[in-house]
Amino acid sequence: MRVEVDQPRCVASGQCVLAAPEVFDQDDDGIVEMLADHPEPDQHDGVREAVAICPAAAIRLVRE
Amino acid sequence: MTAGPPRRVVVVGASVAGLSAAETLRRQGFDGTLTLVGRERHLPYDRPPLSKQLLTGAWQPEQVTLRRPADLAALGLDLRLGTPASALCTSTRTVTLTDGTELPYDGLVIATGVRPRRLPWCGTPGVHVLRDLDDALALRDRLAAGGRLVVVGAGFLGAEAAGAARSLGMAVTLVEPAPVPLAHAVGEQVGTHLTRLHRDHGVDVRTATKVTGITTTTAGHATGVRLSDGTTVPADDILVAVGSHPNTEWLRGSGLDLTDGVGCDEYSAAAPGVYAAGDVARWFNPLFGTAMRVEHRTNAAEQAMAAARNLLDPGQRKPFTPVPYFWSDQYDTRIQAFGHLRGHEEARLIDGDPADGRFLVAYRTGRVVTGALSLGMPPRALRPWRTAIATGTEWRDAF
Ligand SMILES: Cc1cc2nc3c(=O)[nH]c(=O)nc-3n(C[C@H](O)[C@H](O)[C@H](O)COP(=O)(O)OP(=O)(O)OC[C@H]3O[C@@H](n4cnc5c(N)ncnc54)[C@H](O)[C@@H]3O)c2cc1C
Repeated sequence: MRVEVDQPRCVASGQCVLAAPEVFDQDDDGIVEMLADHPEPDQHDGVREAVAICPAAAIRLVRE
Repeated sequence: MTAGPPRRVVVVGASVAGLSAAETLRRQGFDGTLTLVGRERHLPYDRPPLSKQLLTGAWQPEQVTLRRPADLAALGLDLRLGTPASALCTSTRTVTLTDGTELPYDGLVIATGVRPRRLPWCGTPGVHVLRDLDDALALRDRLAAGGRLVVVGAGFLGAEAAGAARSLGMAVTLVEPAPVPLAHAVGEQVGTHLTRLHRDHGVDVRTATKVTGITTTTAGHATGVRLSDGTTVPADDILVAVGSHPNTEWLRGSGLDLTDGVGCDEYSAAAPGVYAAGDVARWFNPLFGTAMRVEHRTNAAEQAMAAARNLLDPGQRKPFTPVPYFWSDQYDTRIQAFGHLRGHEEARLIDGDPADGRFLVAYRTGRVVTGALSLGMPPRALRPWRTAIATGTEWRDAF
């Protein structure tokens, strides 16, 4: 499973960091940064949560 | 619940909350019939960009769509767009649509959101409201033409639209009855700062002023607004942004509590097998010990997730206890807030300086920290305050 983020869409809410702190971080402006674009299986639930919660619809999960 | 797990779930309202409920149901393994009913013909789309990137023309309409068609198709929905629900019978567990279709359900999620509050002259040509994509496209076309805009109501929606119109070079007047715009929501400090921000950008902000009526051409097109101070402000277009009404008319006679939106318990349940989520839902949030109805983007998604989980597994229901979050973009300034700010008793500047346009304010209600708002600050500054709110930290221990 691969995670894609669309940085120009990001609104810096940080909801993804709350949902999956090992996978997402924010830069100084709050914009999403990926820590791991191929998250471990035990992180998948958190990533799905982040996809669902992102108020900018800026995160996608891609099955490989 | 009827015996056994639900086989048929109906979700009414095909926007953020409705989509999030549907996705959560599937993610949690629900493989029965899942019907998503929407009044609008558009595929589910997002509203926050409507007063921001869409209005300025930075984004095209396709960019507000919430999910790609393939991702939506993968959900296996019975999708019914363009046909609003018109009635609910909780005893027979049936939702009726305006075309007469009857949809039986084991589980129901109500996610019909809100609509703009209107003023008597809202139907006049040249007068706009801003809620749906169609509203935004109509307004965008007018803004692109330049000219003069009057915005009635300086809440976040009106303020964002005023900012977008200014950035396109329009002459903008923002009229607000309160002495300090947004003071009831975010406090005087922040309200005063935002007013100055708009004035610095050339918006004519008229506070403590009411709109008493409009002027029109003989053909009936709006030409301006009349104000309570006796003056008239000429306008090519008028945007009315004076709050909202929950969309609950279709639920009349259902027996649900419709006092202010759909009344729910701490599980977001309104009746057996019936849940509500998003802007339309008023629920009891145990974290703040009060009922609240939150009109913010992330709450709609989060509450729908919680409602869907509780619906599928009533034996393992969990109370919905979020720390609400919202953001707003005005010019280059981003405002972010956590908590329940409304009704706060104290707002204190914690960090930064309003003079630099970067600061953080914390809010107290009773003895605890109930909110925090940052303007132009890095997100790291705000995050500990979210924790303080989530853990019910006493005000005097928070600094
Ligand atoms: C212009 C604008 C800008 C915003 N900006 C921000 C922001 O910056 N930050 C933030 O936190 N929040 C913002 N919001 C608020 C945010 O968009 C809402 O909180 C969110 O859309 C709520 O989602 P919802 O699904 O509960 O309701 P809605 O988005 O209102 O969706 C409800 C849906 O139900 C449909 N419906 C209504 N009645 C029926 C019926 N009888 N049958 C079937 N369908 C029906 C409606 O057509 C609608 O599509 C903004 C809102 C607007 C309008």
